[in-house]
Amino acid sequence: MIHRIPSGTRDVLPDELRELRAITEGMRAVMDGRGYGEVATPALEYEEVLVRGDAAAADPAYKLFDEHGEVLALRSDMTIPIARVVASRYPTADVPLRFCYFQHAYRSVQPQRGQPREFLQAGIELVGAPGPEGTAEALTVLCEALEAAGLENWRVGLGDASLYPRLLDRVGVPEGARAQILHELVTRDYVGLAREVEAFGAPELLELPQRRGAAGILDFPEADGLAALHELLEPRVAERMIFDLGLSRPLSYYTGAVFEVYDAALGAPLGGGGRYDDLLGRFGRPLPACGWALDVERIHAARVGEGR
Amino acid sequence: MSLTIAVPRGALLGDTLDLLDRLGVDTAEVRANDRKLLFEDAGLVTMRPSDVPTYVEAGAADLGITGKDVLAEHPERDVYELLDLGFGPCRMVFATVAGEDRAAEALRRLGVMRVATKYPRIAAAYFERTGRQAEIVEVKGSVELAPLTGLVHGIVDLTATGTTLRENGLEVREEIAASTARLIANPVAHKLKAAAIDDVVARIRGAA
Repeated sequence: MIHRIPSGTRDVLPDELRELRAITEGMRAVMDGRGYGEVATPALEYEEVLVRGDAAAADPAYKLFDEHGEVLALRSDMTIPIARVVASRYPTADVPLRFCYFQHAYRSVQPQRGQPREFLQAGIELVGAPGPEGTAEALTVLCEALEAAGLENWRVGLGDASLYPRLLDRVGVPEGARAQILHELVTRDYVGLAREVEAFGAPELLELPQRRGAAGILDFPEADGLAALHELLEPRVAERMIFDLGLSRPLSYYTGAVFEVYDAALGAPLGGGGRYDDLLGRFGRPLPACGWALDVERIHAARVGEGR
Repeated sequence: MSLTIAVPRGALLGDTLDLLDRLGVDTAEVRANDRKLLFEDAGLVTMRPSDVPTYVEAGAADLGITGKDVLAEHPERDVYELLDLGFGPCRMVFATVAGEDRAAEALRRLGVMRVATKYPRIAAAYFERTGRQAEIVEVKGSVELAPLTGLVHGIVDLTATGTTLRENGLEVREEIAASTARLIANPVAHKLKAAAIDDVVARIRGAA
């Protein structure tokens, strides 16, 4: 007899789980070797705590009431729960703190799009190590983890969330026009971006975010942060980077470098991350931080796509 | 690096193939063949315009050409919109049976009007934005039929010249948006095949 499960969820059976396990074990060995201690946090949190991190990022899709009428929510990522852990469990601990996790997160889905409601994330958080050195460490661990996951044809897109706002400052774009411009950028609509920036007579507003490639594109003032980061990367890490001046991530808590992981075998990014130097302060322990998360099931799909 | 391009069949096909010719892509086989869908030598796949964002988002094609109307109806598709290609101009309009405006009467007396469309999201967003209550009825075939039979009070549809609307006794009441063909890209291909994609964009700009 067939019994239903919710769309966007699935059972994982031994053949698949064996392969997923090989990926996560490889990544866990890298993180462990680099001193990142594994943590687990509850899938259910108080909604008010998640929203403290970032109203948009928390955006919990699944909420319920507990027996006292308090609103609980399923976490939509691990970064905010770990920010809570740092503030609550390590209020005076020496930094930097290094954590890794292999946990499920939950998001809403649009119908008929094959999106998962529940997905397995593997990631790290490096708390208390400012950029660019901290970012360089996180990127190095990212590259080692991707290699340990058994992938070959991957690259990391590397951008800076502060770059375009600073460019808008330099050009003198008024506050009132910025929301629409940033909307076009985030929705990847360069036709719309061309329309919105035309009045400001600054072609770089349209041209710069479309630049991506080797470090040679970092030859203007707002790219100083990325250039400094590039200086610190080991060659084996640097050669995997695609500098991408238009890279934007959907979450609003990023303050500096942002990254996204691509594999030629998959049409969507495998994951990403970046710096969020303001997030921990919202939980009462102001510390610079960065981290990344990879979607383990997408890594698996990319591995299958690469023929491995 | 070779790119796979999703090409829309239908009204945009002729201009799309002319553009590809100017880029040096061999389109002779597509022009000669109505039924074949996959042209591996030329790197082309042909499909309904509304399927183009689906293939491009998934990475089954690196680039695609489709109407802005399709992109506006599916804003959730994660693709880059790189260029306005200028051809295939048309308008998204709100139309009702010519003469007395039955939709306005429905709004006044019933508080809500029924509107048929193939573009339920564009239509719903438009009436919400303009503060009117509308029940959207999604149809797949000839939308013009819906108000003539009393199924709905008005329609939201795409029109190039307005001829089909006029021939069916319909009158354009409001223009919602203008649309032209757009060049779109898969977000991963946009990074991993950046040079090849930028080359296509530059050549299209140069050819225009």
